[in-house]
This record gives sequence, structure tokens and C-alpha cells, in this order.
Amino acid sequence: MISCLIKGGRVIDPARQLDQVADIWIDQGRIKAVEPNLSPPEAPQALDAQGLWVLPGLIDMHVHLREPGQEHKEDLQSGLTAAVAGGFTTVLAMPNTSPPLDSAPLITGLLARAQEIAGARLCLAATMTRGRQGKELSEYQDLRAAGAKAVTDDGSWVADSQVMRRILDYAQVFGLLPLSHAQDPILAAGGAIIEGRMSARLGLPGIPAQAEEIAIFRDLALVELTGQPLHICHVSTQQGVGLIRAARAKGLPVSAETAPHYLFLTEEAVGEYNSAAKMNPPLGTKADREALREALKDGTISVIATDHAPHSILDKEVEFIDAAFGITGLETSLPLALELAREIDLPIPRLVELMSRNPARLLGLPGGSLAPGGPADITIVDPELEFIYEAKKGFSKGLNTPFEGRKFRGRAVLTLVGGEIRYRWPNLTRQSQACL
Amino acid sequence: MFSENLTWPKDLIDLRGLSVAHLMAILDAAESFREVSEREIKKVPTLRGKLVVLFFHENSTRTRLSFEVAAKRLSADTLSLSSSGSSMAKGETLLDTAKNIEAMAPDALVIRHSAAGAASFLGQRLRCPVLNAGDGAHAHPTQARLDLFSIRRPKGRIEGLKVAIIGDIAHSRVARSNLIGLGTLGARVAVAGPPSMLVRSLSEEYGVEVYHRPEPALEGADVIIMLRIQLERQSGQLFPGAREYARVYGLSQAKLALAQPDALVLHPGPVNQGVEMTPEVYHSPQSLILDQVTNGVAVRMALLYLLVDNPERPKSLVV
Repeated sequence: MISCLIKGGRVIDPARQLDQVADIWIDQGRIKAVEPNLSPPEAPQALDAQGLWVLPGLIDMHVHLREPGQEHKEDLQSGLTAAVAGGFTTVLAMPNTSPPLDSAPLITGLLARAQEIAGARLCLAATMTRGRQGKELSEYQDLRAAGAKAVTDDGSWVADSQVMRRILDYAQVFGLLPLSHAQDPILAAGGAIIEGRMSARLGLPGIPAQAEEIAIFRDLALVELTGQPLHICHVSTQQGVGLIRAARAKGLPVSAETAPHYLFLTEEAVGEYNSAAKMNPPLGTKADREALREALKDGTISVIATDHAPHSILDKEVEFIDAAFGITGLETSLPLALELAREIDLPIPRLVELMSRNPARLLGLPGGSLAPGGPADITIVDPELEFIYEAKKGFSKGLNTPFEGRKFRGRAVLTLVGGEIRYRWPNLTRQSQACL
Repeated sequence: MFSENLTWPKDLIDLRGLSVAHLMAILDAAESFREVSEREIKKVPTLRGKLVVLFFHENSTRTRLSFEVAAKRLSADTLSLSSSGSSMAKGETLLDTAKNIEAMAPDALVIRHSAAGAASFLGQRLRCPVLNAGDGAHAHPTQARLDLFSIRRPKGRIEGLKVAIIGDIAHSRVARSNLIGLGTLGARVAVAGPPSMLVRSLSEEYGVEVYHRPEPALEGADVIIMLRIQLERQSGQLFPGAREYARVYGLSQAKLALAQPDALVLHPGPVNQGVEMTPEVYHSPQSLILDQVTNGVAVRMALLYLLVDNPERPKSLVV
């Protein structure tokens, strides 16, 4: 699409404090102008977005796309397609693949392959340490040059404080944001769900909430020591929230994300050993859920990211203790976020910050805004569209979701990446019909 | 014959959700079957032509023998399969193994497994009744029922009794099932053990009294259930060693004297004599431990009878 006009939508761009009905003129894959009642000279193709929300393309900074090595769970094709179907124009994929993304050729190869896929843009996090072993630093200069945007040993915490200190010191030289999967692996060892009432009831080994607390505490202490930035992944406990809030109040350069499932579900979701509710960190209590919601409102947590973790049936249809950790998230994240916004009165511009602007800023990505000159990465949302979520009808290979059959209101109906329509909601309703 | 007005679930996974009437009906049925065990010909034709598969995915002597004897006394055919270690390691999933067994059209599957939730997992996916013979640290409902049965016989009731459960609650499926069963039937339960062997949220989840030393739990108890500790795996980790455990938590004559004079002593077996209890206590007239074994057969006969002949049982494939 060379040139097109998105007409009459509610354009929400917190980066420019914009929330008004306006047109967006897209030219050569970039945003040319955002103004009410635009009439470009050559009268380009027009998309009628009346009644719809036009947002900067959403960015999910925590996904697992499983390539290379576990393509039976997900691959770039299925993952990046699921992303645009969920309204994401960019995702940051974690490096816990097989082999792990700890060298430049792996990064270069994956980024090249993603170019051929008509889905979301792929960004990659490389490993913090070689082989994700938590011992020696990866070659950050090389990884950065190959295109990596962040470093993490996600899935594992770097337990050696000396190594972690050096990571913080070294990564910032190359503009790589370190991401920490903050969980004390020894205290959490063997655990399947949060330690508490459900673990007592089901006879499952528990992971105490303090496994996260201890790790975040250590991480924050090292941020204070080095003065260098750190991003805490998938915060899931009220203790974790408390520590991060205090650190930010002190002015430490720390940011944090949480995942939609922690904002909705509690340990009760495990029910009768439902492995679709098994993830790490585990679902917590109501108090945890309330603390996380509060943290979104007051800015302690500045990013919603899915931790999209697709698995095959073979990984999940087994004894609970043996079932893999993780659930899918790309296609449920925005509908859940919209539900949350209604429940806790979160203004939509704030939601856009959490799901687009803040991840873009943290990772130094060009998107996150609808400023003229920027890439035309745009998510168009129908806030009233009701649908029942069925994983089988989605694009991810993973069917492991605790939200199967949930009735949602609101979703992405059109996703543009670089001005190109990469996703269009097929069950056309009145409003989506109006779209070209 | 026993349960005219009660409907029974397809599976027996744990005691949660069973009413007082259900529990009492099982105990009453077991009473009748216990009588069968005392006859000269200890066999009834109730389940003739039925196939009961005993799928033991974890070592067990007592429970397996007990189920086998129970099924045979009901004239059922039995088929015994054992394996150990993770099914994944063999490249065959638990579900696949179980579906293969089911393809041979058994009338009941008895499962023992080291993973909590394994019985419920199969129950949700197989059409034949699934009886839980112990799943990880989750539940051991037939053991709990035989404990209830063994208590009710001499005491005549469960309601209002003080029951002390001493030892490794955290890793004990027997304890969990007993907490539910005793709670449902109105006993007052006090548990005691070293904090490393208790789970947090125990009193919140089960509504029981929790102590770190055995004395307050034993005080005035009508029934004492001692739990087995796994010396080989836990010594030095959860407690310093057998010697200290025996001195603090082991049931001696002196500690037994804190309980009611006619207090009953139970243990799911096998007993580490000299650790969980002294040999004197084990062999004392107050010990019901061998009675429990006899009663186990009667209780399992009752459960097989109730489930296999269950008119509510779906006849078509339910996945």
C-alpha cells in the first residue's frame, strides 16, 4: 500500500497527548500527517475508522517464539502472525531457544527470516550469559551489531551476584537493556504453583512468593550499586511490587512489567490440576492481583507484556508436576487489557503507554507513537466488538490458555505494520465492514 | 443394597465434596463386606465377569495387595500393571498408557502414581471409573476411609472425637485425605509436626489446630494417627535425623499417656518402629495397625462395589 488515509477514528497517542477524532495519512509506509479532516491531494485509498480507536502499534516486549529448536510449539511464522492478530506490530522474543540466542549469527539469521513473514516486526533479546548458564557474559557488542535490543537469561535468574553486577555495568555501554527473570531458583526449586492454600489442598510443591521477592531485592541492590538500568520481567507478587515502588521512589533506573494473567487470575485457576493455569512465576493470591492492578495505576509497573509461552499438547497433557510452565498470550492480551481498563477505570491513553509507548522507549524502538515521520505501525481497535475466544481459531500453535471460551468485548480489527495491512478481523461487523 | 438414595460420582479421587451420607454409606457397606472376610468362603459373586485393572505407577505393597484381595473376593478378574519412574522418560505418556488399558474395556481402573493429580487427570479423560490408590502428596482416599472405618468400629462414632495426626503432613496424602474425611464427619483434628513438615495455610485450608510439638495435639486425644516419615529421603533435610525425630515426635508410652486411656493408635504403614513409635506402642492393645489392614480389604470391596455397579456411570465415551 503506497498511500492511504485512516479516516474519522479516535486517534490516541499519549506520546503527543493526542486523543481526538482525526485522520491519519500514511505514505510510503510512514505516517505523513495526523489531523482532523485531512484531504491529501491525490485522494489515496481510505479506511473508514469511525467508531474505532486508532492506536500506535502495540509492542509486546516478552514473548517466546520457540525458534530455533522447538518449532512444534511455535515458530516465527505462527508467532508473528498471532502477534498481529492480537494487535501487536512489534514483539521482543526471548532467547531461551535451542540453541539459546547467544551469538550474532543466530540473531542475524532469525531477523532475516522474519523479514519474509507478513506478521509483526521481530525484535530479539539475546542471552545475558553464554548458553544462558549464568557464568560468562555474552558478547554484547557483537549481539548489538547483529540487531539484539536487550539481554536476558529469561527463564533463569542470574544467581551469581558478581556476574549480574558486571552485566549491569557492561550492557549499558552497548545500549542493551538487561531484563531479569527475578526468581530465586533454589527457593523455587521443584515447585509447581504458588505456595499457599491451593498447594496445601492439591498436595503440590509450592513456590513461595518470597522467591520473587528475594531476587528482586538483590537485583535492585545491584541497580543501586551500579546506577545502571534494569527491567524486571513478569512481576507477580505484592512483595515484588512493593520493592519496585520503593526503588523507583528513590530514583533508581528500574522498570517493570506484568502479564495480563496475573491481573485477572489467582491460584484458584489451577482448580482440579488444570495445567493451562500453570506458569512461572505462578499465579498468586487476590492480594497479589490487587497490588499489581494498583501498580499499573500508579505507574510502578510501566509495561504490560504477555510472556506468551506456547506449548504443545505433549507438554501440557501430562501429570501436573511434569507439565511445562507457561501459557499463550498474544491473542488475549489486548482484549484482557481492555476488560481491565473498564474494571479499574484505566484511561485508554494510559493503556497505550503500557502496551506501546513505554516498551518502545525502554527498548529504543522507533514505534510507540503516531508522530509524523515515524513508521506506520498502527493498531485499530473496535472497543465494542464482542467475541468468544477459541484458541483453535487463532494463529499461535499453542492452545495452552486458561482463557479458552472467555467472552471478550473489544479487540484489534486491523493491524498495520509499515503501512501494510497485516491483520484484518475476518468476522466483519458493521464497523469493520466499513474498513476497506 | 446400601445406597438407594445416593448418587455416586464416576470416580473416587479424594474425599472432597462427598457428603456425610456418602461417607457413612461407604462405612456401612464396608461393615457388610468385613463380614464376608470372616466367612469360611470369603468370596461373593458381586463383580463376576468384571475386570479391575490395578495400575501401580509407584511402589506399593499394602495398598496393591489390599485392592487385589478386595477385587478377588468380589469375584472380579484383576490385572496388575506396574511401572516406576516418569512415563515421559520411556517416551510414553501416562494418558497414552491409560488409554491403552481402557481399550481393553476394564470395568475399573485403580491408579497409584507419584504425581499429585494423576488420578483426577485420568478420571477426567477416561470413561471407566477411576479409583485413586494414592497420588503424590494429594490424596489417598481409600486409606482415609479405612482409617475412618477402623475408628468408627470401636468408637461407634467419629463426630466429637479428638484426633491427633502427628508427623510429616506436608508430604502425606494420607493426612490430607484424613483431614477432609474427619472434618466432614465432625471430628476435632489437631496436627503436629516439625514446621519443615507442615504446610503453610494448613489451618486456613483445613480448619484444623496446628502444633509444632506433639504434646498439645496428643492431650486428651481419642485417636492418634502417626504418619510415616521417609528416613532415606528426608533425614538431615527436614529434620536432623531419626534419633532426634524419635525423641521429639515419636510416640512413646509416656506420650501416649497424654491421650485418653482408651485412645486408639493408627498408622498407614509400613511403620519405622523405634522412629514414629516405639515397638511397645506398636504392639500395644491400643494399636489398630493390623486391624487397619484387615479393614482395608473391606473398605476397598465396598468402594469397588459402589463404583463398578454404579447405575449413574456413563456408558458412552466421555472425553
